[in-house]
Amino acid sequence: MTEKQQVLYLWLAESALDTAVIGWAFYDGTSGDSPTIPLEDPPYKIGTDALKDGWFLIQSPALPMSLPGSEHNISYLPNEFVFERRFTE
Amino acid sequence: MPADNYYLTTLEMAQFVAEGYLCFDAIVPTETNNRVLQELPALASIKNRALETQGIAGGVGIAPVSDDQMISDKQVALPNTGLHLSDCYPSESIGEFLRLPQVQGIIHSLVGIDPIFDHDWVHLLPGGSQFEQHLHMDAVIDTSDPAFDIQLFYFPHAVAPGDGGTRFLPGSHLRKVRAEGVSRYQHIVGDRQFSGPGGTVLVFHHGLWHAGQCNNGIDDRWMYKIRLNPRVPQVRLWNTEDLERVHNDFSDHQFAVVRTDSVGHIFRSMQPWQQGHESRYETIQRARLWRYLTGDSDYDVDYYLTRLGRRRELMAQ
Repeated sequence: MTEKQQVLYLWLAESALDTAVIGWAFYDGTSGDSPTIPLEDPPYKIGTDALKDGWFLIQSPALPMSLPGSEHNISYLPNEFVFERRFTE
Repeated sequence: MPADNYYLTTLEMAQFVAEGYLCFDAIVPTETNNRVLQELPALASIKNRALETQGIAGGVGIAPVSDDQMISDKQVALPNTGLHLSDCYPSESIGEFLRLPQVQGIIHSLVGIDPIFDHDWVHLLPGGSQFEQHLHMDAVIDTSDPAFDIQLFYFPHAVAPGDGGTRFLPGSHLRKVRAEGVSRYQHIVGDRQFSGPGGTVLVFHHGLWHAGQCNNGIDDRWMYKIRLNPRVPQVRLWNTEDLERVHNDFSDHQFAVVRTDSVGHIFRSMQPWQQGHESRYETIQRARLWRYLTGDSDYDVDYYLTRLGRRRELMAQ
């Protein structure tokens, strides 16, 4: 019996975990028999819904610090939260 | 109603600034589409063989295809990077497409008359191909220069939903990112996948995030893509008859007196993924690009740039 990991990235509208999901990515390290997530629609409405569904938060985003002259630039999606859940196979 | 010369309107230009793309359904006549479809295998063959000689075929995010799918009796003379567009494909059907008045009107409006040919490519997705690209943008990270290239995505035949139409994220073009830095975004609310009638042309700002998708249909999917560089400042190149009427000043402010018939109104419209306070920075970037396109260094939406730019002047009053 081995523990296998599933990883869920959620990108949220704001830096607070209880704001809307605007993007997501799912990686499955299990054999494929474990629960998965829907692909067409956001799996959760807000970030905390993932906690209630058994996902463990393993990384919160660092808040962006602007360099002088680039205060208004936009780049990658800033509010990236990473979750995991484990299954024994 | 398009202008006689097919130049874009100010509101179409504003939509391009806000969303990073425009879509023109079935603007290419069927006869041209058919001639181009006869020619694309020859162009694809030349280009794929060139990659093979470099030993990088299949390693640059391009779907693998067999020689059988690139058989053609047509002859194609490849243009060199840096040529004026008017010197490209003088007797080929691709040139016929590029010289259509309705296509020229789009090109002139965005990058000026006779821009520079950067490169082109034939994207063939065989029927049933499960090849799929990560989300990416086609450039190295950009400088603060607001000038931009355009890329035409020409679909000479109809593409049904799920049959290999390009995926793209409206409104992503003004973000400063590395080409594959956005590859982790498997799903973003509001992203789109092209489907539509034959002869449709998508026009992208070069920074728009996009990705080739698998072809679940049984027919091969052909698409021709070309990148063009401007040779002139991209200032008021479109049909500006309506510019004065819709071009707002800095007092058009959503928290004060707001217009709903202005360019600013279009710039406030956000995509489903552009929620929260991030939208304010999007608005600023759109206003900056509009300053470049109109030559109006005082243009603003919701007072963000004016407030900062006029601080000293206001304090002296």
